[in-house]
Amino acid sequence: MVNSKYFFKGFKLIKSLDSPALALGASFIAIGALLKNIGFNLEQSIFSTFLTYALPGSLVMAESFLVGASLINIFLAVWLVNTRLYPMTVSLMPLLLHKSQPRWKYYLSCHFIAVSAWLIMKGNYQSIGKKHRIDFWIGIGTGTWLIAIVSTIIGFLASDYLNKDMMIGLAIVNPVYFTCMMVGEMKNLQINLSIILGAILGPAFFFISPEWSILYGGVLAGTVAYFIGELK
Amino acid sequence: MSEISSNIILVILVTSFATYLSRFLGVVSSEKIKETSKIFKWFNCIAYSVLAALIARVIVFPAGELSESDIFIRLFVVVVSVVMFLFNKRNLVYPTVLSAILLALLNNYL
Repeated sequence: MVNSKYFFKGFKLIKSLDSPALALGASFIAIGALLKNIGFNLEQSIFSTFLTYALPGSLVMAESFLVGASLINIFLAVWLVNTRLYPMTVSLMPLLLHKSQPRWKYYLSCHFIAVSAWLIMKGNYQSIGKKHRIDFWIGIGTGTWLIAIVSTIIGFLASDYLNKDMMIGLAIVNPVYFTCMMVGEMKNLQINLSIILGAILGPAFFFISPEWSILYGGVLAGTVAYFIGELK
Repeated sequence: MSEISSNIILVILVTSFATYLSRFLGVVSSEKIKETSKIFKWFNCIAYSVLAALIARVIVFPAGELSESDIFIRLFVVVVSVVMFLFNKRNLVYPTVLSAILLALLNNYL
């Protein structure tokens, strides 16, 4: 099954200095409070984070639910905002693939792919032998996922005590954390250009198409960065 | 089960299916992609740029609570936090905690 030594090595990263615990916690506390406010009960809120575990998707779900969107529309809106998980998976899983490991581990643990776990894995995979990377990844994923679930519960229960200022404060923690993580990841020309161009083109494309801006801006920025990097 | 709560369950199931789909297809594609290949490098660039685009969009054009703060205050808070991160041995705890307090304060008193 899962090698516990590597599992816990990954799991324990949530206690480290660059741990996403704080940022994830802050955002999922906000999600818990939001779900309560739109009429979910505690079990449904837990169920939602348990099964989805991707922040932008949960936000889109909440917004669509509030305006009474149809299930098809909710599906399309969530699928669109979470398409970014596709390039994230394709750029992570080949690093973890090993012949001796069963396939179910990959199909199950891809559920943990979200910005936080992905960035931690990208920053740490080289320190682990290829054979054990999937177990290490399952550890990281389980840790971050549990934080998200526990924080959803806290947010749901504390929602009456969270005022507007606290909600605004909680909302900035996530983008600040990820901006810092991305700056910390800037190590070579291709990645640096991808990040800088993406940060410019994402908001720029918002003027053309709010829904598609992240995909258009991101794919264009990444492709330009790739070719410039290959030319050098 | 009342109609509303069965509806909520359906909404959650549809959301999680729409989310898992991209992850699942990503694993299917990964089976054929070598980490040394050009296509892997290209997807790697796209993954980073899509994330950067997403984060930048949340800061510049936020939805929800954040949209009630001024964009210049948000940008100021992000810049201060990144500088703090870089000059503090890349510790992430201080800048994230500071950013929440700073934004709440500036949003009230500016």
